[in-house]
Amino acid sequence: MLSDITLGQYFPGNSFIHRLDPRTKILATLIYIIAIFFADSFLSYAILTGFALAVILISRLPLLMVLKSLKPIMIIVVLTLGIHMFTAPGETVLFTWKFLSVTQEGLELGVKMSLRLMLLLLFSSVLTFTTSPIVLTDGIESLLRPFKKIGVPAHELAMMMTIALRFIPTLLEETDRIMKAQTARGADFSSGNLLQRAKNMLPLLVPLFISAFRRADELAVAMESRCYRGGEGRTRMHELLYKGIDYAAFGTIFALTALLAFLRWGTALCAL
Amino acid sequence: MISVKELKHIYTDADGHEVSALNGINLDIPAGEFIAIIGANGGGKSTLARHLNALLLPTSGKCIVDGLDTAEEKNLWDIRQHVGMVFQNPDNQIVAAIVEEDVAFGPENVGVPGPEIKGRVDRALAAVGMSEYAKHAPHLLSGGQKQRIAIAGVLALEPRVIVLDEPTAMLDPQGRKEIVRTVKQLNKEKGITIVYITHYMTEALEADRVVVMEKGNIRFSGTPHEVFSRVDELEKAGLEAPLAAKIASELRKSGIKLPKEIITDEELAEVLCR
Amino acid sequence: MSIDIKNICYTYMRGTPFEKKALDDVSVSIDKGEIVAVIGHTGSGKSTLVQHLNGLLRPDAGQVAVDGISLAGKDAAAKKARQLVGMVFQYPEHQIFAETVYEDIAFGPRNRGFEPEEVDKQVREAMAFVGLDFETFARRSPFRLSGGQMRRVAIAGVVAMNPDYLVLDEPSAGLDPRSRNAVFKEIMALHKSRGIAIVLVTHSMEEAVKYAKRMLVINQGRILFDGNPADIFKNHQQKLVEVGMDEPQVFKLAALLRKQGMELPQGITDDVTLLQMIKKAKGWR
Repeated sequence: MLSDITLGQYFPGNSFIHRLDPRTKILATLIYIIAIFFADSFLSYAILTGFALAVILISRLPLLMVLKSLKPIMIIVVLTLGIHMFTAPGETVLFTWKFLSVTQEGLELGVKMSLRLMLLLLFSSVLTFTTSPIVLTDGIESLLRPFKKIGVPAHELAMMMTIALRFIPTLLEETDRIMKAQTARGADFSSGNLLQRAKNMLPLLVPLFISAFRRADELAVAMESRCYRGGEGRTRMHELLYKGIDYAAFGTIFALTALLAFLRWGTALCAL
Repeated sequence: MISVKELKHIYTDADGHEVSALNGINLDIPAGEFIAIIGANGGGKSTLARHLNALLLPTSGKCIVDGLDTAEEKNLWDIRQHVGMVFQNPDNQIVAAIVEEDVAFGPENVGVPGPEIKGRVDRALAAVGMSEYAKHAPHLLSGGQKQRIAIAGVLALEPRVIVLDEPTAMLDPQGRKEIVRTVKQLNKEKGITIVYITHYMTEALEADRVVVMEKGNIRFSGTPHEVFSRVDELEKAGLEAPLAAKIASELRKSGIKLPKEIITDEELAEVLCR
Repeated sequence: MSIDIKNICYTYMRGTPFEKKALDDVSVSIDKGEIVAVIGHTGSGKSTLVQHLNGLLRPDAGQVAVDGISLAGKDAAAKKARQLVGMVFQYPEHQIFAETVYEDIAFGPRNRGFEPEEVDKQVREAMAFVGLDFETFARRSPFRLSGGQMRRVAIAGVVAMNPDYLVLDEPSAGLDPRSRNAVFKEIMALHKSRGIAIVLVTHSMEEAVKYAKRMLVINQGRILFDGNPADIFKNHQQKLVEVGMDEPQVFKLAALLRKQGMELPQGITDDVTLLQMIKKAKGWR
């Protein structure tokens, strides 16, 4: 059944990380990504990796599950490693095979680059694992609000996301139902060439779109009759509030960034 | 509370023809009344309902809600706060993916301060008996439960009138009972005026007054007893009278004198088994 | 000729925390020419059961066979057997997709591999059955019709596949009383003239008593009762109330009159008979 699919990858829990304000988590993730680009020595990379693992541990997510989220980018990681390994210029040749040669510098650069990619994805997946899509939407809306003046439709974007989250399960159910109904009328969704298959999808897609439009229409009327008139003058039941743990989290992530910045430039500054 | 005067509604259909959905409706609904509107499909029930909170505006005639004319734009949001609407398909009126967030949607729209919203949401959910589902996802609830969430969403705006447009048409018998029970309770305990549109005659029996609509007109109206004892006229309007009323009417037709209007099983038994 | 279900079990979302056993060792046979009502409250398993009748769902255990041919296979014979069972889902008008009424109704028969003349014949007959005039409606867009007419187009789309068994899941849901009666009249006419079996899934006890000779009461994934509707209501009233089923109005009224001392025979299923019996008991004529 299509409706078996669970939405997003939120993994409910009550850890320190789970309890953080969504804005804290989004901002911390951004800061971490910047910090990744400060790193150049292996020590910095070791610190970054250690920090990521510590965050996963604190969030009490199954480590294996989080690591699995790396699967879709593994090809890119291997490719990055390969390209740097074989093409980066360097002096210390480790070994040569036909016209390909691997240098010490190339290997190091390759490992660092692929590590960057993996850490980036690992850390941001902690965000989506520990924050429900709904709370995440609230966080994004709140963070975007100051940019309203320069034309970022923060409320509208958030409203659209909210409605999408609400209706994805409903439309999946509907797809399942229409598919069954047409199968019972002898429809075939799986055989034939590409063109034939595309044509065979019509009995599914046409009713699905009609239904989606009907739903949208009815929902719009229902929203209007509940006094919806855009984001102007709107209040929220749960206003987001930064608490102690959020300040603690910000402190930690800033300390990490400062440390990495020091490791990169600090020694040069001291020498001055 | 609501006063409809000579209300006409004409619209242009997909083929460009002018269609008259309401031809001069007159209807007064006093505060606190539970009024049921019945009639076959295409009779104008839903159109009338949508005039009551200014989702539609009169082609001619007037619709006055609590002294406010729906045709005047400045009254729009006041009217929509006073008159809540519940629609047929429970799925298509729930906005948020968490029950309490959805119930909060209305008060958030009209700018109720955050802390006060929480109280309103809790009260609304309690009134429809859904408090324990506050944190649930609506798509996992039964039809009757979803529809009660929709009612709570309207209640959170603290309306004086709730218009329900065939709220039970898509529900199973269990869900239908839940809705009728909830609506009756809101009417009796909170004094909310109820305008209830339905195909199910047993549900209309609960109302103070029943209005029969056909082809854009009010055919007749009265107490459930007055309306449902007019068995033949109901059938002509494409409706079905309750069984006891049908039996009583047939008995009368074969010349048997029955003392009063009969619409329920109990009344028939009382008359026949004395 | 029959659909034979033997010991089927079915579980939704197997292997997840949401696992739910919908059918638990169900066996039942439905003969060609029967009218069988299937009742049970939402979540009882009745919809799951009927979706096994034409292979839309495959049982986790047990067998389903139509006219002796198992539906489990992937061969042509199994496919053909599945197509002997027509299925009208709840709100079937939501599956309409073609530009004209004709094209939509012709979809099923074409998929069955009928020749063009046969398709045309089936479409015309199906439209006649559901009371849609061919000249008036065949070339119109189905999306411009009223709700009741769209429902008829959808039912015709299944009837045109010329099934031997027709499963209808709440065909009257959301219709007003007049359209409700009209749809049932058409279904009964179809049953009579083609002799096909009707499996009617319904929430309405009135419909079950009025139209079916046999009734299956489903509760918690099992068949609770299987027999004549009037007998089941008469003999198991207590149990039915326990599992959340209402009695038909006629039964309720008759029972009340009896309780208050009127002498009425058991097993009155329709209002005409009830009226006659009341007159007889009171000595009126």
